[in-house]
Amino acid sequence: MRSSKSLTPLFFLLPALALMVPFVIYPVLKTVYLSFFLDGKFVGLENYKNVLLSPDIVNLERFPTKSPPWGALIHNVVLIAIHLPATVFLGLGIALLLRRKEVKGSSVVKSIIFLGMVIPMIVGGLIIRFLFEEGAGVIPAIFRLLGIERLAITWTAYPETALFAVILGSIWIWTGFSMLMYSAGLASIPKDYYEAALIDGANRFQIFKNVTWPLLRPITVVVVAMTLLWDLKIFDVVYVATGGGPGGASMVLALQMWDYFARALNYNYAAVVAVLLATLTLIPALWLIRRRE
Amino acid sequence: MGVPMYKLKKYIVSNALAWTIGIIWLIPFIGVLMASIRPYEEIVSGWWHFDTFTITLENYIKAFNHPMFPISDGLKNSLIVAIPSAIVPLIVAALAAYAFARYSFPVKHYLFAFIVFLMALPQQMTVVPLYFLLRNLHMLNTFGGLIIVHSAWGLAWIIFFMRNYFSMLPTDVEEAARTDGATDFQIFYKIVLPMALPGLISAAILQFTWVWSDFFLALVFLQNPEKYVATQRLPLLRGQYFVDWGILTAASIMVMIVPLLVYALFQKYYISGMIGWSTEK
Repeated sequence: MRSSKSLTPLFFLLPALALMVPFVIYPVLKTVYLSFFLDGKFVGLENYKNVLLSPDIVNLERFPTKSPPWGALIHNVVLIAIHLPATVFLGLGIALLLRRKEVKGSSVVKSIIFLGMVIPMIVGGLIIRFLFEEGAGVIPAIFRLLGIERLAITWTAYPETALFAVILGSIWIWTGFSMLMYSAGLASIPKDYYEAALIDGANRFQIFKNVTWPLLRPITVVVVAMTLLWDLKIFDVVYVATGGGPGGASMVLALQMWDYFARALNYNYAAVVAVLLATLTLIPALWLIRRRE
Repeated sequence: MGVPMYKLKKYIVSNALAWTIGIIWLIPFIGVLMASIRPYEEIVSGWWHFDTFTITLENYIKAFNHPMFPISDGLKNSLIVAIPSAIVPLIVAALAAYAFARYSFPVKHYLFAFIVFLMALPQQMTVVPLYFLLRNLHMLNTFGGLIIVHSAWGLAWIIFFMRNYFSMLPTDVEEAARTDGATDFQIFYKIVLPMALPGLISAAILQFTWVWSDFFLALVFLQNPEKYVATQRLPLLRGQYFVDWGILTAASIMVMIVPLLVYALFQKYYISGMIGWSTEK
């Protein structure tokens, strides 16, 4: 490590600062600033109050007793509550399964599941619409076959099902990430750990609980944090799969921000939603940083 | 054969389960492919019906030459945006990452923590002021404006990624070159960059595919339909009175084929980039 009183490090940093200061740092600060103003006047936390109390964001009249819309913030929370555990455990389960040496072509299966991570999210969202469309889509056809007519519909067109189409589709898209991370993590566990546990007479469940799972902990931290970030930032998938509808029944925070910004032309409310979203993303981000130190 | 019964059972169960999961994950893609290569009448009540099976490239031609939003122009625009948006931040970030990896300077740790913090931020946090900034600079609706935004936004994660990469490289060659009188920049340019090539390739590939796949920033900063990138055109291709899945799926395949090819050709770099940027400290 060269400690330099010279200006050398500054020269290396200068181009990055020249791009980041005007095009990242200034806009971030300006967004925070905008969130406290309305029509050019400082209004303190007034915007925050109005946005948070708006049924667009939290709709306690409908949640949890009635069908969505429940408000964008609650939709993100519901997405997290289902999508996070589902992808973490599916990814881990699939990684464990594909690691068994008797499975033939495990790398092919791995690549297939990872495809969801490679395609643009806008395509992912379009595929969700296609999957859940009555007639052309597989999912309603399966429910028809099972005799469950209530779900043999175009999921993205009904408030009861639109959010869940997005959530199920998101599991399909995002499981590849968790699987990939756990596969890499499992491959890095030395074989003698297992051999030692076997000699001690541990059964498979005990080995998993006492050896594999604790050793995968750093991976789990990353997977959980990244999945939380993905769930909070989700935009493209919802934009194209449901447009946040019908009637806001699958609206999420990132899309609500766009709605205030581009449709309502209310830049201050858009800034408030952006700041809320950023604050929420800091929770997993800070947790991730602290866990690794 | 001397295969014990329990082993055979384990073999069958594991393989059946693994391949069932694989097929479930593949079915949406098979559906997209089927819908794209068959006429509308054959897929409107389910692509899994094979009473008649006609293969046609009609949907691809229609999407490519769409009268309102031709995907051909979208693909071209996406390339115009994504290539510089991968190269510019890579160079700029590599320089900055080197400073973080090899020098100590005041506020370094705060600055690095700040960059990690920026990585987690949603893009929503920048677009309102950026919209007005680009408008004042007359860069709204220009590829240049979008390229600058993408480049600036990509810097945080590439700095983070390359700094980790540089930190793992041995420093003895650099020290030897220093003794021989090489300047800091010569060392960076002639020794460090070539050694870091795999890392640079990983970063370039991921940044390229992310910019290619971007939808949100393009939606905000490109509002002239002629300038629309490929991802922006996709949602606009639905028919007027009904959803024309043939055209939509054909266009989807044309849009996703680029990141899929990049992934297939550079799988090693792609995966190591993916794992590297989210795990290593």
